[in-house]
Amino acid sequence: MKKPNIGVLALQGAVREHLRMLEDCGARGIAVRYPAELQLCRGLIIPGGESTTIGKLMSAFGFIDEIRLLWREGVPVYGTCAGLILMAKRIAEGGRPLLGLMDITARRNAFGRQVDSFETDLEMKGIAESNRPFRAVFIRAPWIDEAGPEVEVLGEFGGRVVAARQDGMLVTAFHPELTGDDRVHRYFLAMVEEASRSRAAAETGG
Amino acid sequence: MEDKGTLRVKTGLAEMLKGGVIMDVTTPEQARVAEEAGAVAVMALERVPADIRADGGVARMADPAVIEAIMATVTIPVMAKARIGHFVEAQILEALGVDYVDESEVLTPADERFHIDKWKFTIPFVCGAINLGEALRRIGEGAAMIRTKGEAGTGNVVEAVRHMRTINSEIQKLTTTPKEELMTVAKEMGAPYDLVCWVAESGRLPVVNFSAGGLATPADAAMMMQLGADGVFVGSGIFKSEDPASRARAIVRATTHYDDPGVLAEVSRGIGQAMAGKEISELGPENLIQFRGW
Repeated sequence: MKKPNIGVLALQGAVREHLRMLEDCGARGIAVRYPAELQLCRGLIIPGGESTTIGKLMSAFGFIDEIRLLWREGVPVYGTCAGLILMAKRIAEGGRPLLGLMDITARRNAFGRQVDSFETDLEMKGIAESNRPFRAVFIRAPWIDEAGPEVEVLGEFGGRVVAARQDGMLVTAFHPELTGDDRVHRYFLAMVEEASRSRAAAETGG
Repeated sequence: MEDKGTLRVKTGLAEMLKGGVIMDVTTPEQARVAEEAGAVAVMALERVPADIRADGGVARMADPAVIEAIMATVTIPVMAKARIGHFVEAQILEALGVDYVDESEVLTPADERFHIDKWKFTIPFVCGAINLGEALRRIGEGAAMIRTKGEAGTGNVVEAVRHMRTINSEIQKLTTTPKEELMTVAKEMGAPYDLVCWVAESGRLPVVNFSAGGLATPADAAMMMQLGADGVFVGSGIFKSEDPASRARAIVRATTHYDDPGVLAEVSRGIGQAMAGKEISELGPENLIQFRGW
């Protein structure tokens, strides 16, 4: 089968690590620098970085409407850390949400500054069971304050939601791309596969 | 169980800053301008390097009140400088909760023989280097991020270029050096053997490497990115220019689209005068700060 093209938004942040992880999982990673490149993608990853910086660059270079359009066409989107904040419909400290895709309230730097950054073993529903937890790296990480009824919680730490899914959207407050563990990326690729199948079915049906 | 201050957590923050611009600021107002322009982090300091150069005297860690005011103003990471070898300034910066300590040659060194033992700290350190040996010594001491030094406060990119090219060509050379020669290379470079072997094997530094020292224009930033920098520091270049907000925004965009001359031409337009630059040879060797650090 042809390798699926997965875009990684390459405006700022940990782009290289996601691309490497995607290649290791048998997908083709595309560093997306221009909105037109989104059309090549069957899935999109918004990486970790500084959410204010990425947000400003997304606005400056015309990505906001294009990513929303991609999402409406049924292309799955995965956000890590800054990506989670950019995808949220609501920001806890106030401020304007950017893409406003996912029915969650994100809290920026919720776990504190760098001195409080940490790694820990995390159970993730359908991804990492208790006998083989996921090593989750949290860097000045956000958490999810509130999640709407359509949102499925995939992981919690200290009673806070740190991984979630809603339809074709996946978010983690931590950074799977900084570990050698590709289970979250494989989970996302399965979502991409599923979305491609249902789009194909809808097209032949219509 | 949560583990704080691990190497992965320290180097991880630097990974998140890649492709970004870190700006020197001396006041909360400047920090706000930097954040608004899209800086990935700010460096809080008392005087920008151009003023340190002009004023002379001993340059020290900034006043904690200023650092705290800057931390309270922006949500992006805040870095601050400690003098080379001044481990107590670093302890104070950790107590303040800054996100990264820059053990910096721009300040007056506090120890003429030894750098800080950076492994002892929970917060990460960035250190300057002019060649591969110096970079690997700093990493051996626990630095989680490297920046090439350039010549700070000059608005002249020539030294930044020299240092980036030097490190890249030394790395390139190591990748084709036979294994049995690596111990002698390590001895000659004054670098830890294990790190020399790691670089020879991987063809890159084990941590993120930013460019610093003398960048003043969007084109300077883009050139350093094309030369292989993971991101850039801009010190005096922004707030010593005519229109800091426009220049800061232009440098951020140039760093993202560093290999697109069309975008670079667009963002370089109408951003006011750059800071006045200095010719390196006119400074005199005793005034070069890149040779501080050992």
